[in-house]
Amino acid sequence: MSAAADAFAAVFGPRSGDPSRAVEHTAAELVAAVGAGTLSPAEIWSEYATLAAGDELNAYLWRAAEDPGADAAAPLAGVPLAVKDLFCTEGVPSAAASRILEGYRPPYTATVVERLAAAGAPMLGKTNMDEFAMGSSNENSAFGAVANPWDRERVPGGSSGGSAAAVAGGIAPWAIGTDTGGSIRQPAALCGIVGLKPTYGTVSRYGMIAFASSLDQAGPLTRDVTDAALLLRHMVGGDACDSTSTGHPGEIELPTAERLDGVRFGVPPELTGDGVEPGVRAVFEAALARIEELGGSVTEVPLPHSGHAISAYYVLAPAEASANLARFDGVRYGRRAAADGDLLSLYEQTREEGFGPEVKRRIMLGTYALSSGYYDAYYGRAQRVRTKIAEDFAAAFDQVDLIVCPTSPTVAFKLGERTADPLAMYLSDVLTVPMSLAGIPAISIPGGLADGLPVGIQLAGPAFAENRILDAALALERAIDFRSQAAARG
Amino acid sequence: MAEVAYEPVIGLEIHVQLKTATKMFCGCALSFGEEPNTRTCPVCLGLPGTLPVVNEQAVRYGLEIGLALGCELAPRSIFHRKNYFYPDLPKGYQVSQYDIPLARDGRLGDVRIHRVHLEEDAAKLVHAGASGRIHSAEASDVDFNRGGTPLVEIVSEPDLRDAASAAEWLRLLRATLRRLGVSDVNMEEGSLRCDANVSLRPAGSEQLGVKTELKNMNSFRFIERGIDAEIARQEGILRGGGRIEQETLHYDVRSGAISSLRSKEEAHDYRYFPEPDLVPIVPTAEMVERARAAIPELPADRAARFAGELGLAEGQARLLAFRTEVGDFYEAALAAGAGAVEAPALANWTCNDLLAALGEGADPAGSKVTPAALAGLVGMVSAKEISNSAAREVLAKLVADGGDPAAIVAAAGLGRADEGELAAVVERAMADQADAVEKVRAGNAKAIGAIVGAVMRETKGRADGGEVQRLIRERL
Ligand SMILES: [Zn+2]
Repeated sequence: MSAAADAFAAVFGPRSGDPSRAVEHTAAELVAAVGAGTLSPAEIWSEYATLAAGDELNAYLWRAAEDPGADAAAPLAGVPLAVKDLFCTEGVPSAAASRILEGYRPPYTATVVERLAAAGAPMLGKTNMDEFAMGSSNENSAFGAVANPWDRERVPGGSSGGSAAAVAGGIAPWAIGTDTGGSIRQPAALCGIVGLKPTYGTVSRYGMIAFASSLDQAGPLTRDVTDAALLLRHMVGGDACDSTSTGHPGEIELPTAERLDGVRFGVPPELTGDGVEPGVRAVFEAALARIEELGGSVTEVPLPHSGHAISAYYVLAPAEASANLARFDGVRYGRRAAADGDLLSLYEQTREEGFGPEVKRRIMLGTYALSSGYYDAYYGRAQRVRTKIAEDFAAAFDQVDLIVCPTSPTVAFKLGERTADPLAMYLSDVLTVPMSLAGIPAISIPGGLADGLPVGIQLAGPAFAENRILDAALALERAIDFRSQAAARG
Repeated sequence: MAEVAYEPVIGLEIHVQLKTATKMFCGCALSFGEEPNTRTCPVCLGLPGTLPVVNEQAVRYGLEIGLALGCELAPRSIFHRKNYFYPDLPKGYQVSQYDIPLARDGRLGDVRIHRVHLEEDAAKLVHAGASGRIHSAEASDVDFNRGGTPLVEIVSEPDLRDAASAAEWLRLLRATLRRLGVSDVNMEEGSLRCDANVSLRPAGSEQLGVKTELKNMNSFRFIERGIDAEIARQEGILRGGGRIEQETLHYDVRSGAISSLRSKEEAHDYRYFPEPDLVPIVPTAEMVERARAAIPELPADRAARFAGELGLAEGQARLLAFRTEVGDFYEAALAAGAGAVEAPALANWTCNDLLAALGEGADPAGSKVTPAALAGLVGMVSAKEISNSAAREVLAKLVADGGDPAAIVAAAGLGRADEGELAAVVERAMADQADAVEKVRAGNAKAIGAIVGAVMRETKGRADGGEVQRLIRERL
């Protein structure tokens, strides 16, 4: 077995029982092991540095050369972190997987990366992603596609595909990514791990290269729910550098629930019907059965406008992106085309050479949607749809505590399968975009396998209900016991 | 057929750089001619991942301006992104206010205020090459020190009807902003910039004609000349049967020529949309109260008080009110005079003699003349203790060396000649100038000047011209 296959097996296969192998442990277990003195931060770092160096998935774009010498007494005990290339990190390449920022080394570090390092999670490497977070398969990276460790012919999902593949592949203990319309939850689902998109505003966006500012939110990608809670606990918090940041009203607690007695789950028919493939549906229905076994109730709740979510999202996100990406003009940093003509040709050639096709497509979409004469019909209307969707969720949460639905309508698809059809690719996010538009928190946890590939179950709650979501997710995770299912797959 | 008379319709758009400690959206100190690109940070350079944070002081200044201009403050105003590509704009958009400005619907003097909003300034481009313009430049450098400086844009309604009143109103606005202390309002240095919207319509018509926008004139004189030139240009086109095109124009101060910067077709589509990186500005009652309390007596009110309560001529009242520092000196002198000096006489001496002696633009508070000294001097003139011409001599000494006017008068013997002494001198002069006396008697009134002159020479200016004439006439 290759080292990479071995690492993947260490995550999802039966445990060897060797406590000195860091890769067999969840991050929370590593923190405990450091506390108990059975593992040191240096040992953990050294094992993961070797694993990351052996990356066969193209998950990493950059790896740290030296052990930063983390403090064993810090809350996260030196458990190293994979960081999506979208986060700016001082002196370290931060390109958002784009040619236009190739080699760009920012003079400052994103708030959330700084906070996690201070809490004892030093950066192990920067992970691959869809260029500027635009994509659902990681195939839009300027630096090559990422392989799904479950089947290397398949995509890991996107845009945080590198972070998800690194965690699932056992070459990172945990990772952070960003979610604009599903970019944490969908790759987590396709890679069989946990991904959480927090309430918009709870985590600072300062230092995240912006895609769609009103939607972008950083969150954890981890092996299990407890790790997600532990990492998120050190990510949240208001930031004077981000005036849209609110922090979280209380501390993120480590979840403990074993039962779901009295918890009301709502199933929106709009997010569980057409387009959800049978294998995914079967796993989802099994999860509903588990919820009821654990004492939870399951009822149908409508989200009548969610059918328009994808249309609204693909107006609003590109509109914001068209402005956010205007700064890449070849004047100050990043790539500059060798244009010898006037200013306009410098702009045109730099952007022509620097941006990939999907980024160009979205800049054009967004520019069009904001143009005089079209603004009301597109941007204005999409904003009204967004408001309706938020109202749908608010009404639903009057009746239920959590919404439950699949994370992705399909399991991981084949590399190249959807690249020629942008619309089919956009529909990969059909079940995650509504929560993004509403700004509410949602988690994806592995629910089981379909055709040997992971299926994600999504739980969404009202704004700032992260603790409620994490508790329910933990109870469900225990009941599902995905690791046993994966190990039994053979 | 009588020729149609055209009425110009003028509105102004003014950009004011605020004198805050830091920039609009980041912590960089404002720049006053430092080395290029030394007042920058990741935020004002528009580096990837950075976010703006609104400067609270800029909001307070904006609220003060809105209140001072009698505007309604928006209970909730928001920022927009104004998108266009240019090297002086590091993010590819300017953060500005669009459909919900900080304040609107005010008035200053006779002119209504349409809106007051906050935004950020662009960086400065320096073009190497003979022309100094981007098109033929060999290279262009960008100095980001200015980029992100807080700006307030003030837009008037089109209530002005000629170039001179436009300039006069702008002076009132500048005085008001200076009095608020929110900006240096220096046109040459660009902390006050003015564009003018100009259109013509047949006199008596209520409908507005097609307007042109005259960009960035950097002195009051150029504003007046530029508007006049544009009025003449439009009138020429209309009288020739032509139509005015809506366009943005540049007034060349050297040649006086007006050239087109861009036509309506070439106008940018700025693709405004709400800035998602910022939260709305929602002024609390305390913020508004604090802004209101910070507003001192404004020039327009002060001018009205000077004219109404002190009986000053309107021109002097405005001069004293618009030049805050001169008005302050005047009021200090009036207080020092404690009722012994008359307000209008003191205003005359302040506006005419003192300012002339100090030189244009000087702040009297920075001179050697104290308010008490000026009051003392004017008091001596009013009490007829010294003549006007002697008083001017004393003022010159005060400007040069400072001191107490009474002491200067005593030391230099400038005290007014008493009536007995003066009568004797007059009689001597009339005897010496018998020719002139004859001419005056024959009806040549001007000939009296020779006699007066002789008296003045004799008394070395200690006599009052009017009194000398009276004494001569009594003896004719
Ligand atoms: Zn700055």
